[in-house]
Amino acid sequence: MGLKTSLYDSHLREAAKIVDFGGWDMPLHYGSQIDEHHAVRGDAAMFDVSHMAQIDLRGERTAPFLRRLLANDVAKLREPGKGLYSCMLRDDGGVVDDLIVYAMTPTWFRMVANAGTRAKDLAWLRAAAAPFEVDVIERPDLAMIAVQGPKARAKAATLFTPDAAARVCALGAFASAAFALAPVFATAEFRLPDAAASASGDCLVARTGYTGEDGFEISVPGFAGPAVWAALRGAGVLPAGLGARDTLRLEAGLSLYGNDLDEEHDPLASGVAWTVAFEPSDRDFIGRRSLEALRAAPSLRLRGLVLEDRGVLRSHQPVETASGPGAITSGTFSPTMNRAIALARLPAGSDGAAQVEIRGRKLAARIVDPPFVRHGKILVPM
Amino acid sequence: MSDIPSELQYTKSHEWIRMLPEQKIEMGITDHAQAALGDLVYVEVPEIGKQLAAGGVCAVVESVKAASDVYSPVAGTVVASNTALAERPELLNESPYTAGWLVRIELDAAASVPVLLDADAYARYVAASAD
Repeated sequence: MGLKTSLYDSHLREAAKIVDFGGWDMPLHYGSQIDEHHAVRGDAAMFDVSHMAQIDLRGERTAPFLRRLLANDVAKLREPGKGLYSCMLRDDGGVVDDLIVYAMTPTWFRMVANAGTRAKDLAWLRAAAAPFEVDVIERPDLAMIAVQGPKARAKAATLFTPDAAARVCALGAFASAAFALAPVFATAEFRLPDAAASASGDCLVARTGYTGEDGFEISVPGFAGPAVWAALRGAGVLPAGLGARDTLRLEAGLSLYGNDLDEEHDPLASGVAWTVAFEPSDRDFIGRRSLEALRAAPSLRLRGLVLEDRGVLRSHQPVETASGPGAITSGTFSPTMNRAIALARLPAGSDGAAQVEIRGRKLAARIVDPPFVRHGKILVPM
Repeated sequence: MSDIPSELQYTKSHEWIRMLPEQKIEMGITDHAQAALGDLVYVEVPEIGKQLAAGGVCAVVESVKAASDVYSPVAGTVVASNTALAERPELLNESPYTAGWLVRIELDAAASVPVLLDADAYARYVAASAD
């Protein structure tokens, strides 16, 4: 018996196969994870991501705190609602977690971090926040639904009042809009129970996701979660589980904490070098000095692999390249490409052909640069 | 409730066995096993002529989620493998007892078929392990 999100009963009604995920009872699939994968690439599907850690950071010095805490720079967030993907690092450059942070107001940021690292993250945040007098407030009261796919935004927009729909449809990538519940979900067809009591920011609609497709991540109070889920089902959005979420993020070349990202490796060797803001050079974020040294002499890089032989790539399988050995950090079978694909930590500069050892046999693979698939299209040579 | 045909025999590792004439068997994985594995995307079957030990690995089936070994309940020689599964591993999900068969084995002269579960016993075993 694990922790349950407010959508647990909704999943049971859809005959979900429930599995343990970081202590949470979560849906793996609702019948076929490959069908769910294709629904996201071609139409629209939704994921319950309420298990993720939603955390409010409040205080006059929240922005300076985050500029110290995060490898990416929240000074880039010049408009309210804008979000940013970042790692938070240890002094030695190891990744404590990866997360998204939204600037709600000048003194209030909303962070969304991984479920499995919740306790560690909160301890890390609180210790780092104390000198800045920033309050770290967990929001376990909030559910979150990720609606993803080429038709996701149009289908989700039908839940909102015309004004709110216009606002969320106008959001750029990584932008969000904060609402109180009552005016947002006040259409004649769809009213949320108890919505009148909610405060601004209880509904956050962000144009973000983890699938390589367009869509929204919609945060609402847990009591409203099942009604929003049901309304999205009514709008033709299919449910999708953690299985499809993993194949989608891997095709999109997005790193997963615990597989591709961990405390033993720095972000430069984990496929997220692009999220480290070295400029301005006087911003002293935690881990900066270690990364400066690593940046001068890179040793490992996260690259993509496409298996040319038949088989399925899995994490921890050893890889041989012309530049030396490496290992797969995440592997799966790509439903879009109909091939096995992987992210692998390989020696910097390795390219071309590689060999992967699977059950004692060496199979041929090709080194590529992720993403493999974005917006429904295969981006690597087949 | 999973499909458990009464004319077949079963193992506790979720293989099914169909007795064929001339000391041969056909085997595959059960409906319960394919449902637990989820969408199958890769199947590795043995080459014809391969010698199998009783209890040894005779095939590997992989779903999107995980790889799983399939064990031969008998010692014998592979006389046929379902090579159609290389192109269409989903046959294992769609028809685990017919089009999704894995391998046909001729028993060694000295070998005997071990005691297997009948359909009722396998159904009870699956129900008990679900609790």
